[in-house]
Amino acid sequence: MYGDTSIQKPIEIAEPTSEEQARLEEIFQQKIDDNIKIEPQEWMPDAYRKTLVRQMSQHAHSEVIGMQPEGNWLSRAPSLRRKVILLAKIQDEGGHGLYIYSAAETLGTTRAKMIEQLQTGKAKYSSIFNYPALSWADMGTIGWLVDGAAITNQVALSRGSYGPYSRAMIRICKEESFHQRQGYELLLTLSRGSDEQKEMLQESVNRFWWPSLMMFGPNDADSPHSAQSMKWKIKKKSNDQLRQEFIDATVPQAEFLGITLPDPDLKWNEERGHYDYGQIDWEEFGNVINGNGPCNKQRVAAHLKAHEEGAWVREAAGAYAEKQQKKQVA
Amino acid sequence: MTEQAKEQEWPLWEVFIRSKAGLDHKHCGSVHASDSEMAMEAARDVYTRRSEGISIWVVPSNAITASKPEDKESLFEPADDKIYRHPTFYDIPKGAGKM
Repeated sequence: MYGDTSIQKPIEIAEPTSEEQARLEEIFQQKIDDNIKIEPQEWMPDAYRKTLVRQMSQHAHSEVIGMQPEGNWLSRAPSLRRKVILLAKIQDEGGHGLYIYSAAETLGTTRAKMIEQLQTGKAKYSSIFNYPALSWADMGTIGWLVDGAAITNQVALSRGSYGPYSRAMIRICKEESFHQRQGYELLLTLSRGSDEQKEMLQESVNRFWWPSLMMFGPNDADSPHSAQSMKWKIKKKSNDQLRQEFIDATVPQAEFLGITLPDPDLKWNEERGHYDYGQIDWEEFGNVINGNGPCNKQRVAAHLKAHEEGAWVREAAGAYAEKQQKKQVA
Repeated sequence: MTEQAKEQEWPLWEVFIRSKAGLDHKHCGSVHASDSEMAMEAARDVYTRRSEGISIWVVPSNAITASKPEDKESLFEPADDKIYRHPTFYDIPKGAGKM
């Protein structure tokens, strides 16, 4: 998902080196089991801290990189109404990134280090943002499916064990609802439009459906080290559980839109009380995550370019602050 | 570390917001900024895009002295056995009226 790390090498959990440490670990786990949130300065196992830093920084990167596919369409929005909505949504994504960077910094990492890891490719971000936004309908589909999948994941994360992350998620979930609804409304408008517009809608959903399902990460059987994250309540629900929740909520919405979802195996299973769905192309997922998606290079290059071109602004602001400080002292 | 990471980070500021008149300022997160004026603008953009506040405080993070988690017991436990500090500790007969 946005911050899913189940495809990455797990962070090694060291055996306690002393009785004292074993005692601290026991107290820590007891707090987690009792649903007491963990707050910044408290003792926590090294691996818990590292797992969170990795997950949160990658979650923040996803929000920030997620501004790019939508930014491409700002100058081509069909009306002022749609343009201000899109602007507000993109500003939110930037804000969401900042909430999570801010929460991650409480664990002792720095903003500069996180950004460096994004720009050097050491840190990942959600695979979904390596797909291009090719039509105006994509602005609706991203809101409906991509933000819809994000909400499913983030509602679960908001109940996680680390206080600052959980609080950031609560704030984000409130705002994401606007993202999903504006997207669905955009698609509804297209669904009532000309044949060409209806076609554009269907074509966009065809492209985004499977990548949206991939956002939840590998099947549970293929993410064995999720168990530790579940024990620490960094993760509250498994990848497959969340994916199923998302599909069950989304299929009726697709029917209402009058479109088809590109999966011939998708059908209601009365016995399970859930929709069955087809096989996900994990090879594609692996390729995109490992840098070979349609837009990977472009996304990181655009981030780097903006960062470098803004260097003089940061320098100037720093110099100004220093000058003001000297004036005050004098 | 690369050149970018070596670039000095702006100081961190903690952000507190009063959501409406009559309520306390409440901590909501942090921002990086070169000075207090920029911190205020960043805090406004990041934390009040939907009328979440009517007043903002920004405080340099390093100006805050926080109690340590390991001092929790010595600081806060002494209050636990002083139940006589709460009004519910006292039985007042109904006949005495509202109190």
